[in-house]
Amino acid sequence: MSAAVKAARAVWDFIVGDDWVTAVGVVAALGITALIAGAGVAAWWVMPAAVLGLLALSLRRAAN
Amino acid sequence: MSGPELGLAVSVFLACAVEAVEALTIVLAVGTTRSWPSSLYGAGVAVIVLAALIAGLGPAVTSLPIHALRVGVGALLLVFGLQWLRKALLRAAHLKALHDEAAAFEAESAAALAAQARGVARLDSYAFAISFKGVLLEGLEVAVIVLTFGGNQHRIALAAAAAGAAIVVVVAAGLAVRAPLARVPENTLKLAVGVMLTSFGIFWGAEGAGVSWPGADAALLGIIAGLALASAALVLWLRSTPRALGEAA
Repeated sequence: MSAAVKAARAVWDFIVGDDWVTAVGVVAALGITALIAGAGVAAWWVMPAAVLGLLALSLRRAAN
Repeated sequence: MSGPELGLAVSVFLACAVEAVEALTIVLAVGTTRSWPSSLYGAGVAVIVLAALIAGLGPAVTSLPIHALRVGVGALLLVFGLQWLRKALLRAAHLKALHDEAAAFEAESAAALAAQARGVARLDSYAFAISFKGVLLEGLEVAVIVLTFGGNQHRIALAAAAAGAAIVVVVAAGLAVRAPLARVPENTLKLAVGVMLTSFGIFWGAEGAGVSWPGADAALLGIIAGLALASAALVLWLRSTPRALGEAA
């Protein structure tokens, strides 16, 4: 394994950890928030709801 | 000091204190069993590397456009915060073992005693490397938290000072008891840090994405309170339905 691949893997492990689904969900939720806010609709509720949902799903996966 | 600045200082202090407790255990174990000077050199060099990282990247972070910075900071804080929160909630629900500093100290000491001496002159390379690695790895996440929190509010110096204060407090406590800080309620602190990181991540991430919060900065208090309550509810849910969770797989 090359040094670059090792470094990339270390960065991935450091930032994303062992739950990549939650990390992808966070990015998707921010994107959806930007889309809704950009359309001029109130979007303040999206992130709190998304984070609670992602956390509950993550806990459920971990508990299983 | 404004509310967000106080939140910044408290969050960084708690996050750094928790990581410093874990790093202290490693330094103590290696210092006690191998070599105090080499262990302390390793820890000192790691702290210098972390400080250089913050000093080097700080200006670059603060020069980013505010919306891009907030989205990036929000995403990072959310990913980190949710990791802290998830582990703390699983431990609070007894679904994951609590971090035991006394056991960690014993394991680290046994490994240090078993390792062959490979030092030259007065430097024990094993003691130096283990202390350096332990402090660097435990501190890296704190460095990112200092950069993201501090960079977003252009208060990196305040964030670094809060981290430094936490290190001083933990080291002083370690010197006082001369043993791993096994009585520190680590999981409660981790839970608090997870709630704070995630709350700031929600607030700044959404702002960066174009959201105007009802109540402006005061909304942050509502997010923190709401997330703390939701966390308590999630612990109760996990404790009450482990069988149901298992069957749902």
